[in-house]
Amino acid sequence: MNTKPGIIGKKLGMTQLYKEDGTVQRVTVVDVSSLQVVGKRTKEKDGYTAVVFGLTDAKEKHLAKAQQGAFKKANVTPKRVVRELRCEEDFAAKFEIGAAVNLADIFQPGQIVDTQGVTRGRGFTGVVRRWGFAGFVQTHGTHEYRRHGGSIGTNMTPGRTLPNLKMPGQYGNETVSILNLKIARVDAEKNLLMVEGGIPGPRNAIVSVRHGVKGRERKKR
Amino acid sequence: MQNAKIAEIENEQLRTGVPDFRVGDTVRVHYKIVEGDKDRIQVFQGVVLKRHRAGARSTFTVRKVSFSVGVERQFLLHSPRIDKVEIVSRGVVRRARLFYLRDLQGKAARVRDQKDT
Repeated sequence: MNTKPGIIGKKLGMTQLYKEDGTVQRVTVVDVSSLQVVGKRTKEKDGYTAVVFGLTDAKEKHLAKAQQGAFKKANVTPKRVVRELRCEEDFAAKFEIGAAVNLADIFQPGQIVDTQGVTRGRGFTGVVRRWGFAGFVQTHGTHEYRRHGGSIGTNMTPGRTLPNLKMPGQYGNETVSILNLKIARVDAEKNLLMVEGGIPGPRNAIVSVRHGVKGRERKKR
Repeated sequence: MQNAKIAEIENEQLRTGVPDFRVGDTVRVHYKIVEGDKDRIQVFQGVVLKRHRAGARSTFTVRKVSFSVGVERQFLLHSPRIDKVEIVSRGVVRRARLFYLRDLQGKAARVRDQKDT
């Protein structure tokens, strides 16, 4: 399990940054301005270690009684989004409950990170869009078979359709991790994190950014 | 609509002092080229075919005919690699994208100069 230090944040969108030598970085901007630690999970009490982050202030009337109680007990402002991130004990020890998160303590520019988000949901999708099948010719007598996938197997041998065949179905709305992205800039003042490359999800989606599990600094050429 | 915080990031990167050249103008683009650890400046002169106005991500396309081969180059307007942009002459054109110039040759592929009108 990924227990690297990290944060959750709101994806604001993408833009580009000019480096001093004129090369352009395409970056995803992640906003953590409303991020607060709203709780902790400890080995003794819960059997595992995690930090509970809350994002975006919520009105009390929008929360269930149980949630209201939990926020009141922790003595923090109610949050709309609450996520746990598993972590090591020394990372959890850095935060008090109710503390805001300072990005500069966690991330450095140039660092390798892993990101995670939920892709745009596209619903039940045919093979042309979902798998890039070509479909059939639109003319020359094609009859009710224009965007179909074609054959899904042979007859007697093996007499069944093989598993994992590309077929229509739910497309998107799945959690996708993109590993080994790079931190382009850390703006602790404005609470913005800029990650080189794209993070899955639409604008205003909740994404997580954590230190890379594989990431080693790439050697300079 | 663009996010206000992203707009702020982009506005910081805008460069000032870019002349207000338009589609159809002939411009000289002084472009920094890095060779090893040396910089030199290369000039690309031609007609502006297209301006893509998008804040810090703005680009423009310049076309010239070099040894009877058409050459087009797209520049990032706010890139630090652009030393400066000079306007050589103002053109008079009636559309926002001059892609029709690609199909024309020689005398036909000229843009009317504002001074002549």
